[in-house]
Amino acid sequence: MNNITGDLLFKIGVDKDAFDGAYSLRENGACSGLKSTDNIKIEKHPEGEGIVIKISSKTKGEKAYIPACVTKSGINDIVKNDFYIESGADVKIIAGCGVHSEEGGHALHSGLHRFFVGDGASVEYIEKHIGTGTSTDKRIYTESEFVIGKNANVTVVSEQIGGVNNALRNTKATLEENSVFTVRERLLTDNDDTVDTVFDVVLNGEDSKTDVVSRSVARGNSFQKYVSRIEGNAKCTGHTECDAILAENGSVEASPCLAAKNGDAELIHEAAIGKIAGEQIMKLCSLGLTREEAEQKIIEGFLK
Amino acid sequence: MLEIKNISFKSDDGKDIVKNISLNVESGKIVAITGPNGGGKSSLAKLIAGVYEASSGSILLDGEDISGCDITDRAKKGISYAFQRPVSFKGFTVRDMLSIAAGRELSDDELKELMGTVGLCMYDYVDREINQNLSGGEQKRIEIASVLARKTKVNIFDEPEAGIDIWSFQKLIDVFKNLRSVSSATQLIISHQRGILEIADIIIVISDGKVAVSGKPKEVLPTLFEMDAYQNCPVGKRCSNE
Repeated sequence: MNNITGDLLFKIGVDKDAFDGAYSLRENGACSGLKSTDNIKIEKHPEGEGIVIKISSKTKGEKAYIPACVTKSGINDIVKNDFYIESGADVKIIAGCGVHSEEGGHALHSGLHRFFVGDGASVEYIEKHIGTGTSTDKRIYTESEFVIGKNANVTVVSEQIGGVNNALRNTKATLEENSVFTVRERLLTDNDDTVDTVFDVVLNGEDSKTDVVSRSVARGNSFQKYVSRIEGNAKCTGHTECDAILAENGSVEASPCLAAKNGDAELIHEAAIGKIAGEQIMKLCSLGLTREEAEQKIIEGFLK
Repeated sequence: MLEIKNISFKSDDGKDIVKNISLNVESGKIVAITGPNGGGKSSLAKLIAGVYEASSGSILLDGEDISGCDITDRAKKGISYAFQRPVSFKGFTVRDMLSIAAGRELSDDELKELMGTVGLCMYDYVDREINQNLSGGEQKRIEIASVLARKTKVNIFDEPEAGIDIWSFQKLIDVFKNLRSVSSATQLIISHQRGILEIADIIIVISDGKVAVSGKPKEVLPTLFEMDAYQNCPVGKRCSNE
């Protein structure tokens, strides 16, 4: 593992304990470390680059780390990961991706992730994305698909915390009876960064629930496009919310979309976009912060 | 000592809101500012805190002219201001806000004491966001706590009673009285409430942008409340008749 990888791993929240349990570390387009445990089996994907993770029903409170780093210019890392989570398993998966490239170069990580979540399973999936280095062509593309069984609970915490110049983030989920899908997304873009984020959640099961909340800050000349669609095909509840702060010349386009195809579907969407309220800055200044410190605190709190 | 010398303020549309007000406020005193709505009380408070910029006049804190200081510098020099309408913050918990106010991380014991003084149970509130999920009264109490956390020379409270239940209001009065006995902080309280006016060392009645009456409670209160329609701005009427 080189120093840049170490730095990227630190920034995406992968700590030194990560390699004690089940893990797969990917560096510059190749697997550079892989370990299974009794309950979590990680194997190379039979169809090419990527891994297959099988999480047994005996898994209770275990973690699996699957970070990917691109630390050199000229790398196009394209990977496919499949997760099979057995009924009743309880697991936390820490993913995340860091891309690094210096001026004039480019770096790309593109990940296709599929999750097959068994009945009654509980999954927390955490991914942080970051870009470092002077290149203005650092990209991360992710496509995640969750197939969620009955009575299962899936929480996704997804953050893009800066330095990624171009990102596509697609997340799809289908829910069966009494299952829950929760998303907390945080995005920070700056300079000429662009990001497209799409959520498409289909509530097929009776009493299934989803709550998709995205908070973002668009600085510099960056542009964010947010689309969130919830389809209710049964008695279900869905909520999607996009809150965005604009700074400098940043811009955000948000399109929440609801499709209630059952009379008992209860779906709500909210979207709020605007600059930091002057009264918020004034309040923090009245506590002794400068205007710049106040803005920074507000953004940090908003994205926390 | 807070000295306000010939301070005036015009609104954006050129209307005179505060007209040549001068006041001397001794350290350690409770000064209640009252008067009809729209008379200039809140504007005067905001001028002292640096939220508004005076069109003329000067403000001195312990002899130092702070007229040219912005809100941040005035806060650092020891002026705190509890906004009449508290501000919501998505992502900010009560713990975050009170720690920023104190300038350091506060322990649970400190938070418990601080929040207890404004009638809030720490365990129920400390990790909640300061947003619309809190009632107006709850936000108001947190706003007051943010000023108390700072322990500054001058505390300005803009209608602290608004949105607070009777029990907590009485407790708040005790907090103001206690602050006077244990610290040398000056408390400038804008209020219509008799309970607050009664504990003040000085009451200043502001009407039509000017000081209409000032004096000790025993001098001011009888006249003030004998007027049968104080809420309908009799002070203003009296001033204009004079």
